[in-house]
Amino acid sequence: MIAISPQLPILQIVVPLFGAFVTGFLRRGSTAFVVALVVSWIMPVIAGALLWQTLTSGPISYALGGWAPPWGIEYRVDVLNAFVLLLVSSVGAVIMPFAHRSVASEIEPSRQAWFYCMYLLCLAGLLGITVTGDAFNAFVFLEISSLSTYVLIALGRDRRALLAAFQYLILGTIGATFYVIGVGFIYLVTGSLNMVDAAARLGPVAADQSRAIIAGLAFVTVGLSLKLALFPLHVWLPNAYAYAPSVVTAFLAGTATKVAVYLMVRFFFSVFGVAIDFRALPVTEVLLALSIAAIFVASIIAVFESDLKRMLAYSSVAQIGYITLGIALANQSGLTGGLVHLFNHAVMKAGLFLALGAIFFRLGTVRIGDLAGLGRKMPLTMLAFAVAGFGIVGTPGTAGFISKWYLAIGALDRGWWWLVLLIVVSSLIALVYIGRVVEVVWFRPTSSALRQAADPPPSMMLPILALAAATIYFGFDTNLTANIAAAAAKMLLGGLR
Amino acid sequence: MTAASAPGNLVLLAVLLPFLGAILIPLFGEHPNRREAVTLVTAVALVAAVSGLLAPVLAGARPEAGGLEIAPGLVLAFKVEPLGMLFALVASTLWIVNSIYSIGYMRANKEPRQTSFYVYFAVALGSTIGVAFAKNLFTLFLFYEALTLSTYPLVSHKQNAEAMRSGRIYLALLLGTSTILFLPAIVATWVIAGTLDFTPGGILGGKASGAVIGFLLALYVFGIGKAAVMPLHFWLPAAMVAPTPVSALLHAVAVVKAGVFAILKVVVYIFGIETLSSSGSGDWLVYVACASLLLASLIALSRDNLKARLAYSTVSQLAYAVVGAALANPTSVVGSGLQIATHAVGKITLFFCAGAIYVAHHLTEVSEMRGIGRRMPITMFAFLVASLSIIGLPPFAGTWSKWTLSLGAVDGGRLAVVGVLMVSSLLNVAYLLPIVARGFFVPPADEKRGAIREAPLPCLIALCATALLCIVLFFQAEGIEQLLIGMIASG
Repeated sequence: MIAISPQLPILQIVVPLFGAFVTGFLRRGSTAFVVALVVSWIMPVIAGALLWQTLTSGPISYALGGWAPPWGIEYRVDVLNAFVLLLVSSVGAVIMPFAHRSVASEIEPSRQAWFYCMYLLCLAGLLGITVTGDAFNAFVFLEISSLSTYVLIALGRDRRALLAAFQYLILGTIGATFYVIGVGFIYLVTGSLNMVDAAARLGPVAADQSRAIIAGLAFVTVGLSLKLALFPLHVWLPNAYAYAPSVVTAFLAGTATKVAVYLMVRFFFSVFGVAIDFRALPVTEVLLALSIAAIFVASIIAVFESDLKRMLAYSSVAQIGYITLGIALANQSGLTGGLVHLFNHAVMKAGLFLALGAIFFRLGTVRIGDLAGLGRKMPLTMLAFAVAGFGIVGTPGTAGFISKWYLAIGALDRGWWWLVLLIVVSSLIALVYIGRVVEVVWFRPTSSALRQAADPPPSMMLPILALAAATIYFGFDTNLTANIAAAAAKMLLGGLR
Repeated sequence: MTAASAPGNLVLLAVLLPFLGAILIPLFGEHPNRREAVTLVTAVALVAAVSGLLAPVLAGARPEAGGLEIAPGLVLAFKVEPLGMLFALVASTLWIVNSIYSIGYMRANKEPRQTSFYVYFAVALGSTIGVAFAKNLFTLFLFYEALTLSTYPLVSHKQNAEAMRSGRIYLALLLGTSTILFLPAIVATWVIAGTLDFTPGGILGGKASGAVIGFLLALYVFGIGKAAVMPLHFWLPAAMVAPTPVSALLHAVAVVKAGVFAILKVVVYIFGIETLSSSGSGDWLVYVACASLLLASLIALSRDNLKARLAYSTVSQLAYAVVGAALANPTSVVGSGLQIATHAVGKITLFFCAGAIYVAHHLTEVSEMRGIGRRMPITMFAFLVASLSIIGLPPFAGTWSKWTLSLGAVDGGRLAVVGVLMVSSLLNVAYLLPIVARGFFVPPADEKRGAIREAPLPCLIALCATALLCIVLFFQAEGIEQLLIGMIASG
């Protein structure tokens, strides 16, 4: 055990990569599922151990292949990315048991093993983006996760999934290209791709190379904004979420955009923020304006969506707005709020999408008109939906409230009364689109078409209930969420010029 | 269990008992008698637990429990002080009576979904106790929202178009005001004062200017929509679509009183009555509350539907308590506390009677109730007793709250307020007593239906019990006053 612990950063990537390799040779979906399940359950153990190490003994630096940084690739784990690693791997682990039945019903048998292969590849890519301390290596992992995501979305049964995947492919490629151009600017100025090293070298040259640095910042920001679906660069997301298989939607909602947000935070606060006073640039103002626009526009669109998957997809765009709002506030409470919402939103939205997956499993539809009175047929599923939904609204006693509390204090610390008002008003729009569903499923007479409906089998039910329970649990115990987010925010803000 | 921690455990027990009941009730969903027994046992146990706290609180102790720190500023904790003690005592005692009434009402009306009705009811009561015993604004807010969410299904209980629409108004208004106004006020209080604890003497004194205090007070008063201060009152008449036991206990006692209680707590323990009265920041509220008080009475006069009339009467009576809070002197605040208790017993009786008339004769409009007193003499006598108590005549409970509030107005040097209270009492007479007069003195239209037919026995027992309480509280008022003075004395 002691021999393993220094190797944990690389194991976080190698295990799912190897799992993908193995499942690539398998034919039977259920064998591949077992491999994927084992790998998914190992991941949070490694991530938890890494988080423990960073909390007790500070950041971990791992030189890949023994090549010392900055020449070799460095995996660098501090509180922030250990937190994100734990989030991504936990969402994957909780969702995985659900996948077996859901995938069996939504994906052709001949492609099921292929699905698990792509899933593990995607997981490896996302964890890789998070764990690496090398800007170009992050690009490689970004591509690994993106390419596998395109395949995962295209596996959706609806033929429109192909178009959605293609749309995402075009926009995702543009985003990745912008990112790598931005990284190119940094390399141009510093001659380094290692984030820590580049940040240190950026400082001395900031004065006479500021134009190149700002161009790099702009490219990285726009590229990552596309990946994290910041309004108005979110257009790929609703279709991708709506037509992807249910498990994929839940997984992506809980992980993919979150990792892109992480990378943005990393570049803002650990690379550019160290070199230049980026708060003096209009970046935060632009981000603030776009976040508010995202929250309002996407929430209002969600109110009018009758397909619940699309509704939740627009809700995700809005919720990402809260996260970027926290980044734009760039003070202790605000950034804590943004980071804690990264976690809380992943938990709640994964739960909501899984509940929809269970409904789709039973009914083959998630249109709101077909779900009248479903609460009496699938009581546990709909109860979990309501709990996670009220979490999205930000009701006190749920995780969502904690996020809004920190964001509101962050806004007041800046003296922005109007922003507090906007935050609370926007949560009422969420109440409208969640409340609408709750009302239809609980307070309408059950239609005869639903006679056969029932809660899904335990392998699907338990993940849903676990995520709903987590929504409440993290509304009361914030040691794992807000306290670590606060520590990460302190570290990030402490490094700023 | 040491002697020192015993009251603390009792506090936790009191908060948890109704929730425990809510878990147990559905287990007996197939057996209505056992199911209702669970509700009754829970209610009795709750009263026992709450009364166990009375002696220590009277002796000056402030039992505490909990203390789970969720985040800086967000602490889940309970602390029993006199006002909360009174509120919890009133709500839990009336829950027993109301449960007896519900048995008669729900069964006689053959209402659907009775199991979920009792479950939501128990959750609502648990939330009410949580509000009453909250140690800080966050805990109060948490249970305040839980109370809204748990009563929403009760409002929409009938699940027809009207009930659904009313449910939406109810949810939108109560959650809307609490999220847009109440929550920002709490955040601002935390940023200004660095604490959210209810502290004798207040926590904002000397930390904020008069303008900021006036603004915060507005956020609190209108953010606490449950207090139904005009113009944010219209959720209450809409909520009358619920079954009568819900209107009786929740929309005459628990929910609306939670609103007034929260305003009173904020005035006494967050602003501090000294701070509020010396800065003059609460003056506007006196006018707003007086306007609400008179307007609601006038609207009540014009309503023919009995429950709607009672609902507007409630809006008006809640404004009495808000006036007391706005006057912000020791006497007026005690008057508000008294009003919480005395109005509760009076108004619940009136609603019980309205429900009894509906169960026995399916009448809802006042104009249809000619001669109802001859067919339901006991019910209408109880109605008379409660009406007189609401009007404020001796020997009925309402006398003391009106009296103390008037004294408070004099203490505050506001004779105009005394005038408003007097005019309002006349309006109370005008919209309540004609119902009784019509019931007893106007012969029924249809002589064949003149035979005596009262509501089912459980309903009758309940409404007699609460009518009796209207009289008992008249003689026990001094005890309540003693309890409430503790709230000021410690400040």
